[in-house]
Amino acid sequence: MEIIKKNRKGEVIFSQYKRGDGIKKTVTLKREEILLELKTSKLKGRGGAGFPTSTKWMLTAASISDEKYIICNADEGEPGTFKDRVLLVEYPELVMDGMVIAGYTIGAKKGIIYLRGEYEYLLKSLQDYLQEMRKDNLLGKDILGKEGFEFDIEIFLGSGAYVCGEETALIESLEGNRGEARNRPPYPVNTGYNGKPTSVNNVETLAAIPHIICKGASWFLNVGTDKSAGSKLFSVSGDCEKPGVYELPWGTTINELLNLVDAKNTKAVQIGGASGFCIPKSQFDRKLSYEDVSTGGSVIIFNESRNMLKVLKNFMEFFVEESCGQCTPCRIGNVKLLEGVEMIEKGEHTFTYLNKLKDLGKTMQVASKCGLGQSSPNSFISILENFKDEVLNYSNGGNNGRI
Amino acid sequence: MFIEEKTSLAEEIEFLVIKYGNDRSALLTILHDIQKKHRYISDYAQQEIARHLNIHPVEVYSVISFYSFLNSTPKGRNIVRICQTISCDMKGKDVLVRAIERELGIKIGDTTKDNKFTVEYANCLGLCDESPAMSINDRVYTKLTPEKAIQLLSEVK
Ligand code: SF4
Ligand code: FES
Repeated sequence: MEIIKKNRKGEVIFSQYKRGDGIKKTVTLKREEILLELKTSKLKGRGGAGFPTSTKWMLTAASISDEKYIICNADEGEPGTFKDRVLLVEYPELVMDGMVIAGYTIGAKKGIIYLRGEYEYLLKSLQDYLQEMRKDNLLGKDILGKEGFEFDIEIFLGSGAYVCGEETALIESLEGNRGEARNRPPYPVNTGYNGKPTSVNNVETLAAIPHIICKGASWFLNVGTDKSAGSKLFSVSGDCEKPGVYELPWGTTINELLNLVDAKNTKAVQIGGASGFCIPKSQFDRKLSYEDVSTGGSVIIFNESRNMLKVLKNFMEFFVEESCGQCTPCRIGNVKLLEGVEMIEKGEHTFTYLNKLKDLGKTMQVASKCGLGQSSPNSFISILENFKDEVLNYSNGGNNGRI
Repeated sequence: MFIEEKTSLAEEIEFLVIKYGNDRSALLTILHDIQKKHRYISDYAQQEIARHLNIHPVEVYSVISFYSFLNSTPKGRNIVRICQTISCDMKGKDVLVRAIERELGIKIGDTTKDNKFTVEYANCLGLCDESPAMSINDRVYTKLTPEKAIQLLSEVK
């Protein structure tokens, strides 16, 4: 595959960086210094959950073990997300250097990239890239002359299961099992891959690290809002003239984003993919940030011509297919929600039943074992609430067009 | 399965076990390689792998059945996957699917009589900015029109 590096603009991730610079700086620092810098930067996980990266690394660093792992979660399967693809294709230096820095900090000798099966076509270029790093002593033994600093990266190819984006399911998959989420505690930071302390980080989180190490926490804090430091990559698709990956500071409003990508007649935006929330026009002045509309980065735009019930159906079909089936609220719940959508489609729903389904959704949010079942009712609830008139087709007497 | 086939498969598996180790964590990588070469993982292969990794064959089957890219039954020589998720859906995945179904004379999910193609749905290929997207084996194609998709299929050997 040919690699074309686009001229992307952005204040953090897409700012100037030379391969190896972060590692060069790292080997002059003590682990504690790196952890402190990270803590000051307030960097949070970019996968969607938003856990402070420094805390995750600190816990893994503090766990005592002869073996530790750093895993790069490149299993982005959220509908409407493709930022990791862009990072891995155009900015491997950021992701890989980020992993090496992580290895140094938490004391891991091995890094694993869990690459989703759908990205198999990237495998060769990534492996070639790792080989170059080995040649330049950015991987291997005594990296950049730092005695005793040993680290290497391996790529593991996924086999097509959305749930493996969940970190414990991902670990199960790495261990040769079905990708089913684990009960927590214990947490991967002390009992992860092969029972060893493991830090699982998102591709984008790792890509921010070399910049922070080179340019400092205060530089990073200059971008974004008080509670959401730095920038975020957004994967924009759907009804707009300029879909693609954009780096924007946290705190950008939905309206600003829509202007940037030339979206016209927008009626709704799905933030966070199928597992996210559907936001109506009246709320387009809300801010994309951890404190307001939090997201892993998927932005799907719907214009006036779209039928939101069809959209919802597509989401629910996705979850029915992708639930790992391990726990009842998620396995049965998603099927029931999809049935509900189909009832509305046929005009066979009752309001009592729809309300029950919304309650079921809320139960799933608290009773499901992992993020999949906890978030799959989001689109159901938000579309039903925000687009009630349209979805239930009030203008047709609530009978969805049937007389 | 012919005896010769069995022996060569057994040798292949032995080789993979030497390459990746006989740890449980080598299972998916081994399955992946077998699948890549044979397009499915036969009962015999499952038993052999189980024997080498010292696990029950049902464990191997259970893993295969969990992942959508692994199959325990034969599929066509080329696997075509059309993304059905929302962004591709909005950009005309239905038209694409219908055109391909007509052209190949099969329904989605099926394999052509000559075993050349299996056509399936995929869930988000991560190319939503260039939707609709489709993959043929491990290559991906974007911004498809029905015409372009059929053209691509006609170029496949
Ligand atoms: S919530 Fe769904 S995907 Fe997660 S463990 Fe339960 S059944 Fe599996
Ligand atoms: S929705 Fe088709 S590639 Fe993402």
